[in-house]
Amino acid sequence: MGLSLDASIALVAIAPFVAALLAPFIHSLAGRYSAWILALVPAGIFMLLIRLGETVIGGGTLTAAIDWVPAYGLTLGFFVDGLSLVFALTIAGVGTLILLYAGAYLRGHPHLGRFYAYILAFMGAMLGLVLADSMLALFLFWEATSVTSFLLIGFDHSRQAARRAAIQALVITNIGGMALLVGVILLQHVGGTWLLSELRDMGEVARGSGLYGVLLALFLLAAFTKSAQFPFHFWLPNAMEAPTPVSAFLHSATMVQAGVYLLLRMTPVLGGTPVWTGLLLGFGGVTLIWGALAALRETDLKQMLAQTTIGSLGLLVVLIGLATEAAIAGAVLYFIAHACYKAGLFMVAGAVDHGAGTREINALGGLADKMPVTFIGAALAVLSMLGLPLTLGYFAKEEMYLAVTGGDFGMLAVLLVLVIGNALLAGVGLIVMIRPFLGDVVETPKAVHEAPIAMLAGPILLGGVGVVLGLLPDWLGHDVLAQAGSAILGQGIESHLSLALDITSPLLWLSAITWLAAILVFQKGHVIRAVLRRFNAVLPSADRMFDLVMFGLIRFAAAVTRALHHGRLEYYLALLFMCLTLALFLPMLMLGGFDWMVPTADLGDWSKRLVLPALELHEWGVVLLAVLGLLAVLIAQSRLVAILSLGIQGTALALIFLLFGAPDLAFTQLMVEILSVVILTIVMTNLKLDARDHRPFEDWARDGTIAVVCGAGLSLLLMLVLSGTLDDRLAEFFTRTSVPIAHGANIVNVILVDYRGFDTLGEISVVIGAGIAILALLRRRKPGSEAR
Amino acid sequence: MNTLLFRTAAPLIVATMLVFSVYICLRGHNEPGGGFIGGLIAASAIAVYGMAAGVPAVRRALKLDPMAIAGAGVLLAGVSGLLSLFIEAPFLTSIWLYLDLGETVVPLSTPLFFDIGVYLTVFGTLSAVALALESDSEEDL
Amino acid sequence: MDYVLALLVGVFVSLGVYLLLSRSVIRMILGMTILGNGVNLLIFTAGRVTRGVAPIVPVGLDTPAGPIANPLPQALILTAIVIGFSMFAFLLVLAYRAYQSLDADNTDRMRLAEPDNAPQPPLSY
Repeated sequence: MGLSLDASIALVAIAPFVAALLAPFIHSLAGRYSAWILALVPAGIFMLLIRLGETVIGGGTLTAAIDWVPAYGLTLGFFVDGLSLVFALTIAGVGTLILLYAGAYLRGHPHLGRFYAYILAFMGAMLGLVLADSMLALFLFWEATSVTSFLLIGFDHSRQAARRAAIQALVITNIGGMALLVGVILLQHVGGTWLLSELRDMGEVARGSGLYGVLLALFLLAAFTKSAQFPFHFWLPNAMEAPTPVSAFLHSATMVQAGVYLLLRMTPVLGGTPVWTGLLLGFGGVTLIWGALAALRETDLKQMLAQTTIGSLGLLVVLIGLATEAAIAGAVLYFIAHACYKAGLFMVAGAVDHGAGTREINALGGLADKMPVTFIGAALAVLSMLGLPLTLGYFAKEEMYLAVTGGDFGMLAVLLVLVIGNALLAGVGLIVMIRPFLGDVVETPKAVHEAPIAMLAGPILLGGVGVVLGLLPDWLGHDVLAQAGSAILGQGIESHLSLALDITSPLLWLSAITWLAAILVFQKGHVIRAVLRRFNAVLPSADRMFDLVMFGLIRFAAAVTRALHHGRLEYYLALLFMCLTLALFLPMLMLGGFDWMVPTADLGDWSKRLVLPALELHEWGVVLLAVLGLLAVLIAQSRLVAILSLGIQGTALALIFLLFGAPDLAFTQLMVEILSVVILTIVMTNLKLDARDHRPFEDWARDGTIAVVCGAGLSLLLMLVLSGTLDDRLAEFFTRTSVPIAHGANIVNVILVDYRGFDTLGEISVVIGAGIAILALLRRRKPGSEAR
Repeated sequence: MNTLLFRTAAPLIVATMLVFSVYICLRGHNEPGGGFIGGLIAASAIAVYGMAAGVPAVRRALKLDPMAIAGAGVLLAGVSGLLSLFIEAPFLTSIWLYLDLGETVVPLSTPLFFDIGVYLTVFGTLSAVALALESDSEEDL
Repeated sequence: MDYVLALLVGVFVSLGVYLLLSRSVIRMILGMTILGNGVNLLIFTAGRVTRGVAPIVPVGLDTPAGPIANPLPQALILTAIVIGFSMFAFLLVLAYRAYQSLDADNTDRMRLAEPDNAPQPPLSY
């Protein structure tokens, strides 16, 4: 496999971000032509990708990498193979049409420039996601799509429903995002590389590792939340609060397909095991049927399409779960077909809304006369959706049925689910095409008029692509399926596509059954809807659960905050000192800190340990003075006594310093005491001191206990320290070198101004900082007094 | 506090304390003392003077705003550390210069300037605080 | 003798903590100072105490003749005293201002930042 470096790949992912930055300016300059100018960006990317495609079709892989954190071997790498090319082309192609469409749809919107910026940024994130080689880059772009889609869904932020939908989408997809981050890191741990292009060949290692179950759970959670699989499906219909161009882009071909892309990417790494197949078939099947039925329940065009998207995503997950050659071919074809017709149909829904003023199918009818071009677009899309021959949808359906026929009994169940799901989806497609456009003309809120050309280009072109691709089975087989298949399965897929209808083939008969069932669904649509609505009323709604969880979280957080931030200073401090006590006593108890107290055999008994300390009389006097000063502070009832007793304990401390060889300390302490007394006197004259330290008995007992235990803890710790030996290397160094190196005889001073000068510099900075703070406090104007 | 005796004695005490504080600061490298202690003594002197003669008088006598003195102190300490750049040594490496003035040798060193910086910072900050508090309380009365 | 000082540290700290747990702001500041003094004494004692001999090298010698007091804790404590004093002055002025603004020196009545009836967070989007 050829490998070539091409910097233009990185450009593909980066150009939309640059365009997003410039979009608001371009919009304010170019006005209504801005959409056409900005659409050049995705169009150019599309062309560039086509050119790159030539290499890929030749069997090569293109890579480009920027060193990111070389120390950890992290690169921001991109690579293009068949799979990423299919996705990237879809994103750029649909993106071009969406930009044009949005320019017309949101014409005159005050925040249109912002909208362009969001949608271009989203496009860049999406392109980056499918082109990323490094898994960390994949994760980053994955999260970027979540954030940009949050902005897009909540674009109409003045409405609460839009805000709620945006938050919901963000929360749900971010749950998956977090799972993806953990999964990616674990996978790197298992495989030893960040690069997807290298992991592709390491499936055996990943599947054989003990972490396989965890990895699978994490990656599936990421993919299922992003791709709206049951039970995380509910965010997608709510996201229809977004403007229609957003729905057409994000919720058909891009954002929700990121999960599908991840699953396809992980197929060679994690796929193929019975657990993989079982989980994907289970969740995908339920999602398919659920989404298709939910679509029948709705009457709003956009809601119906959103629900069918859920169903289609389920269908894709089922196909990926099967992981056979035909299933993967079906998945790739279905992805392309779905992207074309669903984006087209969303745009049609927007055009109908734009032209007739409502999206309610019961309030619409006979639009085909007034909106002929829109109708053609819708018809082309629905033909592909039905999977009629000569369309891309037909091949997709053929391949998926091929994947499940000829299997055992279990496959029959899958086949049944697929046929039912396809029939239901096709039925919805018929409703969407026929109800609004054909039949009797109905009075609509607006006088019906055809949409502008920029809004019609999308549906017509995408519908056309769906049909034209259906006419090119050889090209599809060789240039698309073979390349995408080799990227996913590691081997080229042999094409079975043919234009010829083989009447003897069971696949054709299955298709025919699907079509007949679809017509039945269309005929009985209102009956099914009535039944489903009755069921829906009794079913618990995941959507409501989301509200409960979110509000529960907020209430919980508020309760925790109130419990911790109760605003009672004495409790904060009590907690603090209790923790200090624990920190003091626990290590001492656990590390045998009290052993030194226990009398040993050679000493005999306690009385020998208790010897009166050898203190001189004046030393006892100083200690006594300190204790007396402290007690006086405790019981002080007047300002004067408090100030004086504080001075006494400080002075006693100074005397202790003086007695034990620290004249510098003694001096400093004494000066500080003098200044303290001066400042206290000044301040206290204006401040009243409550005569008694008023505490209820239980507070007194609590505070007293904490205080005594704290003090005792520190005393014991200090005694423990004193009973050990002192590591005096540092002190010895200072003593020895003070005169010879630093030319100073006062070692304390030498340490302060020379050895530890940097510390002292910091300390005088603190002093001046405190001074500035004090002056600022004092200069603040007093309440009630005029400016000075 | 404003007794006649105190007011008369105060300038004398203050002058003595200030001179003593400089002495303490400068001898600090070889004997008990240093910038911190010197600064504290000088600040106490200013506080006492403020009580005796009133804050405006002290501010007039000081000429400089005490916070400016403190700032100059930090600056001096920092610059004395930067001097080691000239001998291509790390920040705050000490440099010694012995000035021979005939009879006596005066040792000049960056730690000395550093210590003077400490002295000025402590002196300036604490004087500023003391004076601000004193003037604040005078206004309240 | 250092065991006596260790006990004295305990007394300092106990009293400091007890005063800090008071609701009167002025008493808390006194407690802060006393706690600071206790910690200074703790560091001093932990560096071992010797009677009398200051860590100063006699004139004419390169190193002290006999054993001297440990200079390292002294250097640490010296700055701690000055910084502790700056903090003390700051807290005192803060309390003074709080007393003037809030007319309260009792922490129970200083509820500006964390009021008792804090509103519930909004339960909507």
